[in-house]
This record gives sequence, C-alpha cells and structure tokens, in this order.
Amino acid sequence: MAQDIFVIAEHLKGSLTEGTFEILGAARTLAGTTGGSVVGVVLGQGVEPLAGQMVAADRVLVANDAALADFTPEAYLAVLEPLIRQHQPRLTMLLNTSFGMDLAAALSERLSLPLVAYCKKLETENGAVVATSQIYGGKVNAECVLEGPGIVSVLTGSFPADAGRAGSAPAIETVPLPASLNGRKVQFKTLIEPEVGDVDITRSDIIVAVGRGIQSQDNIGTAEELAQALGGVVASSRPVTDAGWLPRSRQVGKSGMSVKPRLYLALGISGAPEHLEGMKDAGLIIAVNTDPNAPIFGVAHYGVVADLFDVTESLIEKL
Amino acid sequence: MHILVVIKQVPDLVEELEINSDGTALDPDCISPTLNEFDDHALEEALLLKEAVGAQVTVLGIDATGELDQALYTAMAKGADRAKKIVGDFDEETHLSSHARARLLAEAIKPIGYDFVFVGVQAVDDLDGQVAPMLATHLGVPHVGVVTAVHPINGVVSIQKEYWAGIMAEMDVTPPAVLGIQAARQSPRYAPVSKVRQISKEATIEEIEAGEVDERLVVPVRRMYLPESSGRAEFIEGEPGEVADAILNLLRERGIK
Repeated sequence: MAQDIFVIAEHLKGSLTEGTFEILGAARTLAGTTGGSVVGVVLGQGVEPLAGQMVAADRVLVANDAALADFTPEAYLAVLEPLIRQHQPRLTMLLNTSFGMDLAAALSERLSLPLVAYCKKLETENGAVVATSQIYGGKVNAECVLEGPGIVSVLTGSFPADAGRAGSAPAIETVPLPASLNGRKVQFKTLIEPEVGDVDITRSDIIVAVGRGIQSQDNIGTAEELAQALGGVVASSRPVTDAGWLPRSRQVGKSGMSVKPRLYLALGISGAPEHLEGMKDAGLIIAVNTDPNAPIFGVAHYGVVADLFDVTESLIEKL
Repeated sequence: MHILVVIKQVPDLVEELEINSDGTALDPDCISPTLNEFDDHALEEALLLKEAVGAQVTVLGIDATGELDQALYTAMAKGADRAKKIVGDFDEETHLSSHARARLLAEAIKPIGYDFVFVGVQAVDDLDGQVAPMLATHLGVPHVGVVTAVHPINGVVSIQKEYWAGIMAEMDVTPPAVLGIQAARQSPRYAPVSKVRQISKEATIEEIEAGEVDERLVVPVRRMYLPESSGRAEFIEGEPGEVADAILNLLRERGIK
C-alpha cells in the first residue's frame, strides 16, 4: 500500500467545483502526517488545464477521452476502478455530491475497500485515518477508524477551499484507458439549466424559508404573506420542492441554491446537512421549530421552539 | 417493464435519538422505524410508470425489524402488484450495513427477472454509503443515482439526474439497471387506512430466506455521539406575541426592517 491520497476531481462546464478544492486542501493537511503524496485525478476531455489548477496536489493523473467528456457513473467507474487498484492509495477522497455518491459506494464494493460516507471531519491518529461522519439528518456524529486503505465521501462545505488553492504547478500524467469506453448502457444526453423562476432567491436580502413543518401546499400562502410583509421572498428546503409545493428554483441547499441573505427565517426546517450547506453563511439566521434538538439550531443565531404558524401569524399581525 | 422497488425502514428522526451504552450505535429502544422517505419516492416513480406504460411493480425489502409488513401492504394499497420480504435471523441488535444489505438484496433479486431496480437514493443511516450503487455492482448492471424523473422511450429510459445549483443532466439508460431515486415527479401518494387493512387481509407477502450477512466492509465506529448542535442559537422564549416582538426588535436593531 502506498501512502498517497487520491483526490477525485469534480468539474462541470469547464470549471473545477469549489468542493474539489475543499477536499484537495483537506488531503494536503492529511498528507502532512501520513507522509504520502496528494494525487489529483481528473477525468474528462481536454481537461489538462483543470489538472494544472489542482496546485495543492503533488501530481495529477488525467484520463482524457471523448467518452468522459460528460459525467456518467458507468464510464467514470470503468476508469477509476483499475486506476485505484493499480496505485493502491492510502485514502481515496470524493465528494458526497451527485457525482461522488454514484462513484464512492460502487468503488467501495468493487475494490473491497471500506467507505465512510457523509464525512465532515478527517484526522490522523497513530497512522490511522479517523473520519467523522454526519448521519441521521445531522443529528448524530460517528467517528470511524480506517486503519488501512479506504474511501471517504466528504460533505461539501466541510473544509476551507483556500487551502486547496495554494501550491505550485503539479506534475501531470496521462493514464492509459480501458479498452473501450464506448457502447455503454448509460449515455449522457444534455445538461438542463435551472428554469428561470419567478424570483431569484439568491438575490434577495430577506428569505422566509419553509420546510416539512409547513405541512401542506395550502400553508405556503401564509409564508408568502409574511415574506411580503418583510419585503422578502419565500424559499424552501428539499422536501417542500420534492412535494411540488414550490418550484425547484426556490430550493436552498446542496442540490438547490446557495444563499447568503441578511435575514434567513427558517420555519419548520429541521436542518439536514444538505440544507445547512446552502444557507449557513446568512447574516442573521432565526429558526422556528417544534423540535428543540433540530440541527438547524446549531447554525441559527436565534431559535424559537414553537409552532411555526403561531409565530408566523403573530409576526404578520405586527407588521 | 418490470420494476423492483427496494424499500427499507430507518429510525424516525422525529423521535429523540439516544446512543447505546457502548457509545457506538443508536440505542435500539429509542428507535421507532419509519419508511425511508426516498424509498417512498422510488415507489411513487414506479407507480407513475405503471400508470403510464403498464409497468409491473414488485416491492421488496429486508425485514430486519420484524415490522416491514405494514410498509409492504401500504405499498400494495398504493398500487404495487406484489410484495416480497427477505427474512432471516435478525433481532433488534442487528444493524445491517449498506454493504450487507446490498449483498442480501442482490442474492434475492438475481433469480427474479427485472428491467429496473428503483432504490431511494440515500437513507439517514447510510454511514458506509448508499445501497443502490453497491447493489448494481453485485448485479453487474449499471447504476445512476440522484434521479428525479424516469421516462421510457424506445426501449431505454430517459432519466433526469439532479446535480447542484438547480442544474440537471439528462441521460439514457438501457435496462437492466439500478436507479437511485431522489424524488418522484409528484409527491408520493397516500393509501387510505381502510385499503391497507383490506390488502393486509387478502394479499400475501412472499418470503425469501436471507443469505449470510456479509460484514466484510463494516467501518469500525469508535464513537457515536450527539453533536452539541444547540450550542449556537440563543433561544427566544415566551408567547407567540412576545416572540414576534423579540424577532422584530432584532430586525430593527440590524436595520433589516
């Protein structure tokens, strides 16, 4: 086993994602104690310039092929599985995103390597990697020990991206590809850009965000009324858009929008890690939830343990 | 088209969670099982395909809690054609890892013909990763996760996969394949209690004996703990009117209102 740390890069529309720099920086810190190299891995077509941007890596392995131009789990796995088997890194790092979730669990099973998912903290201890995972909707942390080679999929926003942007030009190596990447069962067709909604929540200074606690589509109107009185807009957590009560353009969090308003009033939002990722940097966060243990209170500046409708109606009356 | 929908129960997060005396897992006494919400979406998407193109829908789960029947009957009351459960020597101390689940499911699924397996994209207790990509690996078929729409077209399905910042990808997937469903195209339907009760009297759930539980890739949990999440928020107390006044004061102090 080598002591190297593999960092699987993510990129979309010609740019590395912020998360890629976050895990690169985390890998750099870990490598300081494990003693191995940080090895970036970029799959795509014409991605050498992106490899060159992974300056926190000592070297970057590049897989270049038209079949890799757009992400598909099938083609990516066909390249990554033999690559990791051949190099046997100490740790393989991915992001717990739409890309990484498809890859990490499959690589774990294919390569018989343990996986710690939803990872938010990484340390080394006597040569072991200690990975802390955030599970049960952010309500429980689990410290897991990887004595030998393993895989982690990291929640975005867990590490500062700046550390992943420091360094000098890495060595770039092109890796050989498996015999055929074509004729696969999953074919990328097109990217669908977000619908331009009636409002752009990322531009609003005041957001009234509703979660599962809003209970039904009929109650969205109450939140709208409060938002209007405050001069803001209504946004939501994922369950509300999944239920079709608000359009996707209103969704805050990992798969939706990242927002940074002056006021984020969270009504009936428990605060799953995926949601917190999109709003934790708001200027003033006030959360109303009936559950005093809701993780949203971990990022809120002010909390109210109460029925959201009681508070909302009182606010509307007074405005 | 035959769709297998894999469902599982997870601890209901509405209940207060407690850690066991070892400090390495949840205390089973505080767990109240509920259907994984993403599995409910997986079932809904399958039922939409049943309505659109006459897909056959079989719902399947590992009965690790001894309480899966109700979830399976509910799925049938919503429109699933058949239900199967994997039974074995599980007790309340059994925590099946995602890897172990994937292996048990694959053994049960292999003898069943299928075009697609739909699985909820994730679950709140997926510490060692998501089941769908592992299941696909065992079955030797492709997988795509974070799927929010499935449309059959000319022998393949066109799927939408959610990325981030509202961006989605469209991909074509040739069966057989495993799809990790993030959200159905519509909110999961409800089944009236009376219908569930009727189904539970009339329908049968086929039992499949579980194979050996594979614990090769279990990640050793050294410590499980409840983060001090309430550390940051300052709590505002009082009647709703007082709370509203306090909030409005905060907004005025900061020049927000």
